[in-house]
Amino acid sequence: MAMEPAAVRDRPTGQELTADFDARIAAHQRIEPRDWMPEGYRSTLVRQIAQHAHSEIIGMQPEGDWLTRAPSLRRKAILLAKVQDEAGHGLYLYAAAETLGVDRADLTQRLIEGRQKYSSIFNYPTLTFADVGVIGWLVDGAAICNQVPLCRSSFGPYARAMVRVCKEESFHQRQGYELLLQMMAGTPAQRTMVQDAVDRWWWPSLMMFGPPDADSPNTRQSMAWGIKRDTNDELRQKFVDMSVPQAVALGVTLPDPDLAWNAERGHHDFGAVDWAEFKRVVSGGGQCNAERVSRRRAAHEEGAWVREAAAAYAAKHQGTGQGDDR
Amino acid sequence: MSDSAPADEWPLFEVFVRGKRGLNHVHVGSLHAPDEEMALHSARNLYTRRNEGVSIWVVRASAITASSPDEKDPFFAPSGDKVYRHPTFYPIPDDVPHI
Ligand SMILES: [Fe+2]
Ligand SMILES: [Fe+2]
Repeated sequence: MAMEPAAVRDRPTGQELTADFDARIAAHQRIEPRDWMPEGYRSTLVRQIAQHAHSEIIGMQPEGDWLTRAPSLRRKAILLAKVQDEAGHGLYLYAAAETLGVDRADLTQRLIEGRQKYSSIFNYPTLTFADVGVIGWLVDGAAICNQVPLCRSSFGPYARAMVRVCKEESFHQRQGYELLLQMMAGTPAQRTMVQDAVDRWWWPSLMMFGPPDADSPNTRQSMAWGIKRDTNDELRQKFVDMSVPQAVALGVTLPDPDLAWNAERGHHDFGAVDWAEFKRVVSGGGQCNAERVSRRRAAHEEGAWVREAAAAYAAKHQGTGQGDDR
Repeated sequence: MSDSAPADEWPLFEVFVRGKRGLNHVHVGSLHAPDEEMALHSARNLYTRRNEGVSIWVVRASAITASSPDEKDPFFAPSGDKVYRHPTFYPIPDDVPHI
C-alpha cells in the first residue's frame, strides 16, 4: 500500500465512502449502524422502519377490541399472546430505527400528530369475532409475505428484527386459520360470519402491499439499496397465489369474480384493486383513522405519569448502590 | 408534568441472552428502561416470550466502548497478519486421523 500522510488516510473522501458503501451493497454485505451511509439510504430506512413500527403498534387495536369479548378462555389467552407479540414487534422496530439516530419518543410524537403513517389495513373495523380469525389468516399472512424478504434487508438491525418478527408471525397466521376452521365446522350462522369477514378483509389485504409498481417511484432505488427485495406487485401476486388454495380448504369464496388460474403465467389472475379507496384510507378517510390515532394518543398521555414516576424512582436511587434499600 | 418534557428520559440498554446452558450470551437488541431492574423485566417480556433464554444481561449502551466497525480499520490489523492463529495455517497430511 502506498504511503500517504496520516491525515489524508484518516479522512476518506465522500467519493471513497460512497464507493465503499456501494461495494458493500453489491457484495450483499450488511450495512451496520456505525457505517457511513448515504443520507437518502438513512432517511428511506427511517421512514420505512418507523411506518412499520407504527403499524405493529396501531395493529394491536382492531384485535384488542375483542380481548374482553373472546368466546372462550382459550381464545382469550391466544389473542392476548398475539396482541402482546405485536407490541413486541413494534418495540423491536423502534429499536432498529433508533440505531439510525432517531428517537423513539419522537417517532411516537410524529405518529400521534398524524405526521407519520401506518398501514391502511388497521383503519378498518373488526365487526365480529370472525374478523379476528381473518386478520390472522389474511392480514398476518400478507405481513409475512412482506416481511420474509426483509429478513435479507441490507440494513443489519432491520434484518435481524425481521427474523425475530417472522418467527412469531407464523403463530399469528396459524391461530387465525385454525379459528376459522373451527367456525366453519360450526353453525350456518358462524359460516356466514366467516364469509362476511373474508368479503370485507380480502381487498384491503391486497392493498397492504402498497400501490402498483407503476405508481411506486421509489421502489427502484429501494431495491438497488437492498432495502426492498421484491416489488409491490410481485408480493401481491405471491400472496394471491398462496391464499387461493387456503380459501378452498377453508370453504370460503374470495370476493373477486375475476380470480382465475392462468396456466400460461403460472399465477392467478385477479381483479383490479380499488386504488381510490386505498388513497382515501391512507390519507385519513378510512372508517377508523381518527379513532386509532386518538386511542394511541390517549394511551401515550395516560401513561405519562408511569414513565415519570419510574424515572423519578431511578433518579432517587441512583448512586445509592443498586438494591441498597431492598 | 409537561408535554414538552425531554423526548425520552429513559436510558438505552443493550440486551444479551444466553440461549441455553453452554452457549455465550448473544446480543439480541435494545430497549429503554429507567433503571437496570426494570430493564431486566422488560428484556424478559420483550426478548424471551418463548423460552429463548436461560439468562439475560442488560448493559447501559453508554457503558459500551466499541471499535470502529470498518473492517479496514487498523484496530483489526494486528490479527489480520497473524494467520498462524488459525488451525488451517498448518498443513497436515490427509492420512493423519483425528486432527
Ligand atoms: Fe407483527
Ligand atoms: Fe402478527
